[in-house]
Amino acid sequence: MNNNVLLYIGRFMILILVQVFILNNINFLGYLNPYIYIIFILLAPININKSLFLFLSFILGLTVDMFGDSGGVHATACIVITYLRPVVLRSVFGLSYEFQTVKLSKVGFGERLAYVTLIVFIHHIILFSLERFNFSHTLLIAKKTLFSSLFSIIVIMLVLVLFRRKDS
Amino acid sequence: MQQIINFLIRNKNFLLFLLLLFISLLLTIQSHSYHKSKFISSTNFLTGGVYGWRYSINNYFGLKKENERLLKENEQLRNQISRFTVDTSAAYIDTTSFQKPFTFIKTNVFKNDYSKMDNYILLNKGEKDGIEPDMGVITDKGIVGIVENTSKGYSRVISILNSNSRINAGLKKSNQYGSLVWNGKDPNIVQLETVPRQAILKKGDTIITNGRSTIFPRGIGIGTILNYKLDENQSYFLIDVLLFNDMTNIGFTYAIKSNDATEIKSLENLKTDE
Repeated sequence: MNNNVLLYIGRFMILILVQVFILNNINFLGYLNPYIYIIFILLAPININKSLFLFLSFILGLTVDMFGDSGGVHATACIVITYLRPVVLRSVFGLSYEFQTVKLSKVGFGERLAYVTLIVFIHHIILFSLERFNFSHTLLIAKKTLFSSLFSIIVIMLVLVLFRRKDS
Repeated sequence: MQQIINFLIRNKNFLLFLLLLFISLLLTIQSHSYHKSKFISSTNFLTGGVYGWRYSINNYFGLKKENERLLKENEQLRNQISRFTVDTSAAYIDTTSFQKPFTFIKTNVFKNDYSKMDNYILLNKGEKDGIEPDMGVITDKGIVGIVENTSKGYSRVISILNSNSRINAGLKKSNQYGSLVWNGKDPNIVQLETVPRQAILKKGDTIITNGRSTIFPRGIGIGTILNYKLDENQSYFLIDVLLFNDMTNIGFTYAIKSNDATEIKSLENLKTDE
């Protein structure tokens, strides 16, 4: 248990540092950045205390906002996906979620991809619409969401494969 | 009463969600209006310190390029000095150089973004070095933005690549002017709006600051005209300006302190009070 808490704290800090110092400066094709800090939300245990989880993801988003000077954009996107995560889990994993036996490291590739895709897509839509905050830029928001989501999904899947824990 | 408490307990996650959503939306909305995004900013000591730490590693890689820029600027400044030392006797007002006393403070860029709609730049000097809100920030090539928010050791600049930024700018050849905005598309191209149609434009003309505010002195370069067209009402020009600065790689900057600002401001306020 103690070990796990340390693991989550470490993951929290490393993800923020990697996001802020490396990934926020990629600017692939001028505007594409992958947002992988939501791995923290993706990998949180299924039976985590929901209030604590909401609060943690709010802090996570707010920290990224602070470094990026973006107001509360990331914080909003983070708490929305945190709140919607049970719904996504239920629709993707079905029964095994109801019995709380899902382990992300053990499910098949297809299910994992579906889960990551849904969460990333919701996150990016909220993120970019709030960042632009302007209906006249709908096309630009759509374009940015689509390409950034693709980029993020690829990077997140790679990270999940590379850093899989072998013992569990 | 019991039922209300039960309701609260049953829905505590939803209520917490609503509360956090409200806070974060408030912060988002505040960040979209000028001069209000003060709570969540990178000028606090944690983020500023971390960015400073990164800067001290990163700046080794750009030293050669920055030295070249400084040498070039030195050369330019020397040329200007030599011109003044030749004819000190003639007391004339040089309209191409700064008319008012301005002080320049050298700063380094800790953080700079350009891929968002509202971009900010973090500088490594703050109140204790004399930086105040509403000071202009330039590089050796052209303008960068306006200081918006300061802390003890850091300050945050609204970049010209920000939807809230509006800067007075005009043509070098004539006195017509407009306001400089950004449409969020290309970090090297900004837009100059509300230039009257009487202005005679040519592609490649230089756009400079026109010194109508106390923020920038007259004559600081901004860019050259890339394209221009009349707006829907056929009364104003919309001009695409190609910046002199490479906004994706700024390096070092100067903050401009206008020594007459308080005097001018108090005069202007006097007028509006009457």
